[in-house]
Amino acid sequence: MPAAAEIILLCALAVIMIVDLLVDDPKRFVTFMLTQISLAICLVATIATSSVAAVHTFDGMFVSDMMTTVLKAGVYVSVSILLIYSRSYIESRSLCRGEFYTLSLFAVLGMMVMISAANFLTLYLGLELMSLSLYAMVALTRDSAVATEAAMKYFVLGALASGLLLYGMSMLYGATGSLDIEKVLAAIKSGQANPNVLVFGIVFVVAGLGFKLGAVPFHMWIPDVYHGSPTAVTLFIGSAPKLAAFAFVLRILSGGLQPLVHDWSQMLVILSFLSMAVGNITAIAQTNLKRMLAYSTISHMGFLLLGILSGTVDGYSAAMFYVLVYALMTLGGFGMIMLLSREGFEADNLEDFKGLNARSPWNAFVMLLLMFSMAGIPPTVGFYAKFSVLQAALKTGHLGLVIAAVIFSLIGAFYYLRIVKLMYFDSASDNAPIAGTQDARILLGINGLAVLLLGILPQSLMALCARSIQSSMIGF
Amino acid sequence: MIEAIVFYFFAAVLIGASFAVITVKNPVHAALFLVLAFFSASGLWLLLEAEFLAIVLVLVYVGAVMVLFLFVVMMLDINIARLREGIWAWLPFGALLAIVMVIEMWIVLGSERFGLAGTIAPEGHPAGYSNTKELGMLLYTHYVYPFEIAAVILLVAIVSAIALTMRRRKDTKSQDASAQLAARREERVRMVSMPSGRK
Repeated sequence: MPAAAEIILLCALAVIMIVDLLVDDPKRFVTFMLTQISLAICLVATIATSSVAAVHTFDGMFVSDMMTTVLKAGVYVSVSILLIYSRSYIESRSLCRGEFYTLSLFAVLGMMVMISAANFLTLYLGLELMSLSLYAMVALTRDSAVATEAAMKYFVLGALASGLLLYGMSMLYGATGSLDIEKVLAAIKSGQANPNVLVFGIVFVVAGLGFKLGAVPFHMWIPDVYHGSPTAVTLFIGSAPKLAAFAFVLRILSGGLQPLVHDWSQMLVILSFLSMAVGNITAIAQTNLKRMLAYSTISHMGFLLLGILSGTVDGYSAAMFYVLVYALMTLGGFGMIMLLSREGFEADNLEDFKGLNARSPWNAFVMLLLMFSMAGIPPTVGFYAKFSVLQAALKTGHLGLVIAAVIFSLIGAFYYLRIVKLMYFDSASDNAPIAGTQDARILLGINGLAVLLLGILPQSLMALCARSIQSSMIGF
Repeated sequence: MIEAIVFYFFAAVLIGASFAVITVKNPVHAALFLVLAFFSASGLWLLLEAEFLAIVLVLVYVGAVMVLFLFVVMMLDINIARLREGIWAWLPFGALLAIVMVIEMWIVLGSERFGLAGTIAPEGHPAGYSNTKELGMLLYTHYVYPFEIAAVILLVAIVSAIALTMRRRKDTKSQDASAQLAARREERVRMVSMPSGRK
């Protein structure tokens, strides 16, 4: 039963929505626990039903292989962690409503559908399911004008991106006569499909994907949405959906359009170069940490595309490693903002991190590890993520782009290290004790150490990514 | 022959109505032109022997969605003049871009790529062929997975619409029928022993 986890999650959602109506607890502890339990059951179900070779069901609309298992496990774990991080934050900000948890689970379901989609129709529906839940979550703090503005921008640009994507898909359908990704691939390989129409469709598909990933020049929404949303929701948008978006890009570009790799990799070169340039250079000018991390996301997406555009198994597995590591680092970064925030105070300015070492040496050390990892400084895992992507791009002869990437990540190191400087060498302007629940604090420590540990021993995760990509490559 | 005439008639009305939707000044008129566009589109679908879809288009879009739309448009006081501010300044630039794009798309997607030579026209259906039955069969067998996901998306829409709009305000004066019914005499009537007025 390959789709067991999806079915279980949908049933669990129905139960949680009803139970939440009957719970009168303002802290929503029951809803929170049920959400965590359903995520755990989904994890077990996904692993129990996993298989190395690709298995199709629902008339070929659903696929389960090793890549889907690994990415889905990543989604469950990161959502589970971020819900624990968010507990005390949402309690103090009138966000603690049952809908926060149910919409999170709906978004998780959408991501699972995206990751396992083998048909353009299911890909698109999964994307919409995830995006609609996220739009609503951004707007959940109704009395905040900034959040409402962010939600509007996110919604309008998201709808535009969906439109572009659908138009591109309709062109691919027109050229190949099928929505099934394997049949699209077969039609392209047989040479029946008109190459002009295909490339025209790819332009729109890549533009739509660029919007969803937040690659330059389709990145305008990212800083405003990251800044305007409540940090708990920013963390949600920034972490797990990127795993699903990676699967989405891989399914379309490598699954269905691998023979046209020369056409789409040229477009991705431009997106990747501009993302790394704009992301890293603009981040320097930011004084708000959430905005800075938004620009850092843009540059990370540039690196992710660098892996994908090489169009080889090595490149895809390097990109998969990158996106998993990215999710881990983002969880830690925004988790730290939430840990330092308290009622009526948002620790999202760079100033708020001044002298953190004096206030809490352990948290400062965790943040140091996270920042080192984002900058790509060894021995943290961020270094290996960047290294493997660059290696894959170099192998396919993108020498100029690789040199540019190294230069831009050097520029990027400046603003990550600035936070380290603020924490260790400046004196604190804010001496309030650090709030946050005990479990969030412990988990954040583990998160930081995981970044270090994976950096010392990256082989097992890298091997896992390589094997899952090899097992699911239908494009070759 | 007659089919071609009907097709070109509906197609012309559809294009004209769609153009009017984005150019007329009054938003209510725009909504009504959209209704006309939907009607013409459903006419085209009837020509393609997709009767069920044509009727659903009219029922759902014209009957439900557009009526709702009209209500919303009438309730919101939209200031057209402010929305159209600056349109003349941008018009030449926008028109130029649009024309270039149309020409480019024509080159790529010209009729020779999607014409009858490229795709074979489907054969006609035998008498007694039920469109609705075939659609139902497909929807609940081959397409059951996307169908279910679409249902979940609607559920998300319901949940988020309620979550975003429902406010339990404490200062509203609304009736609570069950509280009224549960009231007992002792809570409402207070017996006061008053000294009688006459001495």
